[in-house]
Amino acid sequence: MSTRLAKGGRLIDRSTRAEFMFNGKRLSGHQGDTLASALLANDQMLVGRSFKYHRPRGIMAAGPEEPNALVNLGHGDRVEPNQRSTTTELFPGLVAQSQNHWPSLEFDVGVVNSYVSRFLPAGFYYKTFMQPRAAWKHLFEPVIRQSAGLGPAPKSPDPDRYEYVYGFCDVLIIGGGIAGLQAALTAGQAGKRVMLIEQTPHWGGRAVVDGDVVEDEPAEDWVKSAIDALATMKNVTLRTRCMGAGVYDHGYVLANERVADHSPGDGRPKQRLWRIRAGHIITATGAIERPLSFAGNDIPGVMLAGALRDYLVNYGVSLGDRTVIVTNNDDAYLTAIALAEAGLAVPAILDARTEVTGDLPERARALDIRIEAGRAVARVKGGKRVTGVEVCLQAGEGAVLEEIVCDAVAMSGGWSPVVHLWSHCGGKLTWSDHISAFIPDTTRPPITHDGSPMVTVVGAAAGIYRTDDIITSSGVVENTSPVPPVWVMPQGAPVALRSKMWLDYQNDVKVSDVQLAAREGYESVEHTKRYTTLGMATDQGKLSNINGLGVLSDALGEDIPRVGTTTFRPPYTPVTIGALTGEARGELFQPLRRTPMHDWHEANGVYWEPVGHWRRPYCYPRNGETHAQAVHREVLNTREKLGLLDASTLGKIIVKGPDAGRFLDMMYTNMMSTLPVGKCRYGLMCDEQGFLSDDGVVARIDEETWLCHTTSGGADRIHGWMEDWLQCEWWDWKVYTANVTEQYAQVAVVGPNARKLLEKLGGMDVSKEALPFMQWADGTLGGFAVRVYRISFSGELSYEIAIRASHGAAFWEMLHKQGAEFGAMAYGTECLHIMRAEKGFIMIGDETDGTVTPLDLGLSWAISKKKTDFLGKRGMERSHLADPDRWKLVGLETLDGSVIPDGAYAVVDGVNANGQRNVEGRVTSTYYSPTLKRGIAMGLIKHGPDRMGEVVTFNKVDGGTIAAKIVDAVFFDKAGEKGNA
Amino acid sequence: MKPAIEGALRMKRYSVFAIAREALRHHSGWEKAWASPVPKASYDAIIIGAGGHGLATAYYLGKNHGITNVAVIEKGWLGGGNTGRNTTIIRSNYLQDPSAAIYEKARSLYETMSQDLNYNVMFSPRGLVMLAQTHSEVRGYLRTAHANALQGVETQYIGPEKVKELMPIININGPRYPVLGGLWQKRGGTARHDAVAWGYARACSAMGMDIIQQCEVTGVRSDAGRVVGVETTKGFIGTKKLGMVVAGHSGQLAQMAGFRLPIEAVALQALVSEPIKPCMDVVVMANTVHGYLSQSDKGEMVIGGGTDGFNNYTQRGSFHHIEETLRALVETFPMISRLKMLRQWGGIVDMTGDRSPIISKTPLGNCFVNCGWGTGGFKAIPGSGWAMAELMAKGEPGPLAEAFTMDRFKEGRFIDESVAAGVAH
Amino acid sequence: MLTLQCPYCGVQADETELAPGHEAHLKRFSVGSSDEEFEGYMFARKNPKGVHFERWRHAYGCGKWFLAARDTNTLEVFGTYSAQSTEPPADLVAKIKQKRPDWEGYK
Repeated sequence: MSTRLAKGGRLIDRSTRAEFMFNGKRLSGHQGDTLASALLANDQMLVGRSFKYHRPRGIMAAGPEEPNALVNLGHGDRVEPNQRSTTTELFPGLVAQSQNHWPSLEFDVGVVNSYVSRFLPAGFYYKTFMQPRAAWKHLFEPVIRQSAGLGPAPKSPDPDRYEYVYGFCDVLIIGGGIAGLQAALTAGQAGKRVMLIEQTPHWGGRAVVDGDVVEDEPAEDWVKSAIDALATMKNVTLRTRCMGAGVYDHGYVLANERVADHSPGDGRPKQRLWRIRAGHIITATGAIERPLSFAGNDIPGVMLAGALRDYLVNYGVSLGDRTVIVTNNDDAYLTAIALAEAGLAVPAILDARTEVTGDLPERARALDIRIEAGRAVARVKGGKRVTGVEVCLQAGEGAVLEEIVCDAVAMSGGWSPVVHLWSHCGGKLTWSDHISAFIPDTTRPPITHDGSPMVTVVGAAAGIYRTDDIITSSGVVENTSPVPPVWVMPQGAPVALRSKMWLDYQNDVKVSDVQLAAREGYESVEHTKRYTTLGMATDQGKLSNINGLGVLSDALGEDIPRVGTTTFRPPYTPVTIGALTGEARGELFQPLRRTPMHDWHEANGVYWEPVGHWRRPYCYPRNGETHAQAVHREVLNTREKLGLLDASTLGKIIVKGPDAGRFLDMMYTNMMSTLPVGKCRYGLMCDEQGFLSDDGVVARIDEETWLCHTTSGGADRIHGWMEDWLQCEWWDWKVYTANVTEQYAQVAVVGPNARKLLEKLGGMDVSKEALPFMQWADGTLGGFAVRVYRISFSGELSYEIAIRASHGAAFWEMLHKQGAEFGAMAYGTECLHIMRAEKGFIMIGDETDGTVTPLDLGLSWAISKKKTDFLGKRGMERSHLADPDRWKLVGLETLDGSVIPDGAYAVVDGVNANGQRNVEGRVTSTYYSPTLKRGIAMGLIKHGPDRMGEVVTFNKVDGGTIAAKIVDAVFFDKAGEKGNA
Repeated sequence: MKPAIEGALRMKRYSVFAIAREALRHHSGWEKAWASPVPKASYDAIIIGAGGHGLATAYYLGKNHGITNVAVIEKGWLGGGNTGRNTTIIRSNYLQDPSAAIYEKARSLYETMSQDLNYNVMFSPRGLVMLAQTHSEVRGYLRTAHANALQGVETQYIGPEKVKELMPIININGPRYPVLGGLWQKRGGTARHDAVAWGYARACSAMGMDIIQQCEVTGVRSDAGRVVGVETTKGFIGTKKLGMVVAGHSGQLAQMAGFRLPIEAVALQALVSEPIKPCMDVVVMANTVHGYLSQSDKGEMVIGGGTDGFNNYTQRGSFHHIEETLRALVETFPMISRLKMLRQWGGIVDMTGDRSPIISKTPLGNCFVNCGWGTGGFKAIPGSGWAMAELMAKGEPGPLAEAFTMDRFKEGRFIDESVAAGVAH
Repeated sequence: MLTLQCPYCGVQADETELAPGHEAHLKRFSVGSSDEEFEGYMFARKNPKGVHFERWRHAYGCGKWFLAARDTNTLEVFGTYSAQSTEPPADLVAKIKQKRPDWEGYK
């Protein structure tokens, strides 16, 4: 049984007590424990069930590579699925549930999958569940889905907050073991800006666990002095609980700092995401021990030898009383020695190597530990925990030589350098036969923006394990004690054993599965991975990839380097999505652009419409009105009395300079250079393809200055577009542009009473004579300095008044107050849309969709015939754009007065070669007109303008149709008397 | 008897009975899913690229046109490109007629693909919803719904309550982009992406076609305006017809053949979360905020994001796109905040001038190209292969491919799907 | 996550400050050009796997467009220069040639 020993445990504080709940049981640990060490201290060896066969599983590792011991952590809103208990720090009140079982961890019905496992080999689902066809969707998939997944989905929004922070440094060092600390000391002493991060809460890495000696000092002391020295350097930043998650191009690194994972709800951000731009990156990320593939290597009580040592030394926890060690290398002897020194029994070390020499085996021998060379585990005995091992020859086929009773097995298949961060951005690997692992190929590093190497790897991550080598940075891999390849144990294991050897614990991929994949032609490592799901679990193959690759290579009879490896992708260990999004959620999700009148709208019952990052009032429902009722009221009020529109979002771009006229003649399809000062002109802009992209009224301010209005959504785009041409094509033209959209508030004062209101305010002459249609004037109104444009998008008498943004709210409120007697009422964008449709005015985004030309819309009057060139002119000449059969804009009136559905198409008889119904046009804008009390619409119809009076048929999604007559698009006040009043 | 049928007979069938039989002998009797032959001196047709599109082209060349003396040449491993690195979404609710036709053809072929190929590709028509979160999107999707009704594509515009019913984890009242509705394609869904490539490869191999992996084309040899064969790392291979179906590397290959394509290669990114118990049965696309989300049969949340704006051949993209995508999804699906990102990756996609694909003849008489699927290639695989096979077999495009020819760029005859998104006013 | 140095303000700008603008040094064809010329101007792109000359705008910085030479396969940036250039500067071309001897050169 696993238990807390009477002494030992360098990381725990035995004077403290931390009570926690696991599967409803109240258990107790100490401060400094991980959840895993605390579970083991309470003899909780069974901690989860595997994904496919629901095999009972125990803790395998002591770090982020743990595949089995995943829990559902927390309760209520703070539930977090799939937390690795090996990296979860224990705190009082922690609540955890094991996963993937029903009804309970101890008794799991899903284990039936295990008994039929021979019917469920790798990829079995590709070969079955095909008949009958509907059964996949309705029968097989639902069953598979229900059994899929690990932890339950959180139900509520995340109550925690996350923050991010930017870091800049010359040297970023990832990993706080001896190699990382030494690199930090060197760089720090050289005066570089250094950042050193370590994923655990502790410095020192493995050396402090293994009792190494560093520069003649115990590692523990050396680490303490190193940290003390670094802490005094102002140019060095130290962070623990901070995991280097991903290396991206040009020295960009993401690191995830677990700020309050161990103190949930204390008000601090749960996690902090560091976005670091580093001049150079040093990875000192160590190595991860590999399991050995023997039958029953997944039974609770089988653990990585290094992890077993971690629990013993760091937490004073023993996995069992009698531990058999099985290994192919010297490192596992450290575990045997540590166990023996702690007074625990080590009945045997089974070493797959035929010759066992070296210092560590000698030390073990000196402790009278029995060492069996050339031996292997034939099978681990036990169900929910280990009861013994059967011993055989490694070179044989598994004939049992003896049986050893034990309650724990410590295994070591050698160590794989953590090369993930080296590889994220293209660093290449090379296979080391010496340690049977991939190591960074220093001749092919990832490069940064200037082509220089971006990452250096030090220490165990480079295959350099000896502390002397690390300190002097002069080591070579060959100094490391060798590790021969042992991919299957025993070598000639029959299939009955091979189908009980787990490679990927979480996804239940066995040696036999990889061999099957190879036999079926899934020869590439990527094929095998995807066919068997090897390495695709939440540990991303940290334990399984190399072993799987070894098995695959053997099966194919190829060298490992030729078979290759899968791609390492960020993040190194899974990162909470909340941390990746930072504070940008809810109200802060995206910046919100507000007009100066925003608060007034809010206070007056606005229903908003998002337009880009702006919010525009859609309508202002009153007294329980529906949106449609509100819009109709706003239309009628504006047509009959007086409407006020917040038009501040309208784009406003000043174009100025000696060549401004010439420039605008290129930007617009019309002639703008000839516009007289004081006048306005409606202009169209096309892209180079000849498609309409924006429109708006242009005002000539003075000889050298024009003010161009754009659509609300278009201001930034059009300004960028202008700058593009000025900077990159016509850079010798003398023109400046400025986007002054937010410098002005703008109000449209619209309706028969518009002039009355402005005259009441007083300050400037707004009469028809002084300020005729399509002119503008500067002046004052009610004491405010304003610029008044006599333009109309509604067909009504209308003034658009621009005012300094800071005066916008006051001016707007004054208009309402003073306009009350004239029936002043705010209106929103939908009212605007209806009024412009009643007048047959086009709307960018409704009548246009990026494939419509000005000619399609009957706007030939706005295309200058005099200009030799403008943007889009050549594009329009192409055959498809000049095609006489293009759909053209017309008005549409339904025969029965109803409203054509939005988006309807005009249908004609027959189908095309693909069986699709033939069409001859579509509706572009369709509304109920409160003014005309009937449905009105505009649409693009083939040969439309030549077919006035004809009836066309529009489709409905329910299969029905609706008939409409082709009419002139101007439905209201055709003579334009109201606007010119 | 058609060769395709002969092939199917030669192929050892997969079934539950076969699994039971093999289980009793520890699965020792399974044959290779596809052969790994050495190239012949020449073929009737060579397809460059053993991704989904290339393999599907080969399959339909055999099945529909009886051309089986075919080699599919692949520089890496079959299915190792974008076929194996996309978010597996299948839909056909496109606006423009030519797109709707080819994607619906593809979708309908997915319906029976497992049975046709005797390989379970796990097509799961669990339904797909494109969320409308602005008024212009509402109008765009209403238009699409009307177009689909005429195109034989079954879709429905639904209100926010129905959206919520289909995906209970959604927040339809987000402070910034409340959900106004959605376009629902009930028979849209997902399939197992690798299985599509593997299933086609197995069926092609069974028809006697040669799938030659680890064989890079280094040159295209032509004579008097016609291709005579390809230079490869395994030597020269002659052919009567050549099809280029290589996604991100189309431009490179065209250059070898001496012509240019109107495409640019950019990185498209995706990611998955750790697996959780099922909570999301439909596929959702939120185009305003650029996020796509579905839950795989394994329980992972599969999330697609946007493309980088710069040319890129590295199969990795810039992190800020991931961040923007996740923010958008947390906004719409707040519960995913506590899930963890397990893995992110990128693929190289080729983008054309109108973001629609090219299935076309080329300046070389017997050379044909299929490329430019941009971010939407997986869902098109069977339809694309069907149309490309017809083009290669007959030398002229059939109705499915007709609109996707290269000359459309000269004529200005675009197939622009972005128009449904609308432009803010 | 690229960084490029803006040649106007000298800032080593993060990708998030920049807006990409695709291939540089395109010749504009307009009225009077053939269909082929116009199509080439609009759509034909070199799209190389390797050295690429491209446009960027320091959009959230000084607002200026500039040009860059970048390897699309390694993302190495060889240099940036003024947008008011009809072709890459000779010293930049020489530098690239030195680093990429197999490069066919700017044409």
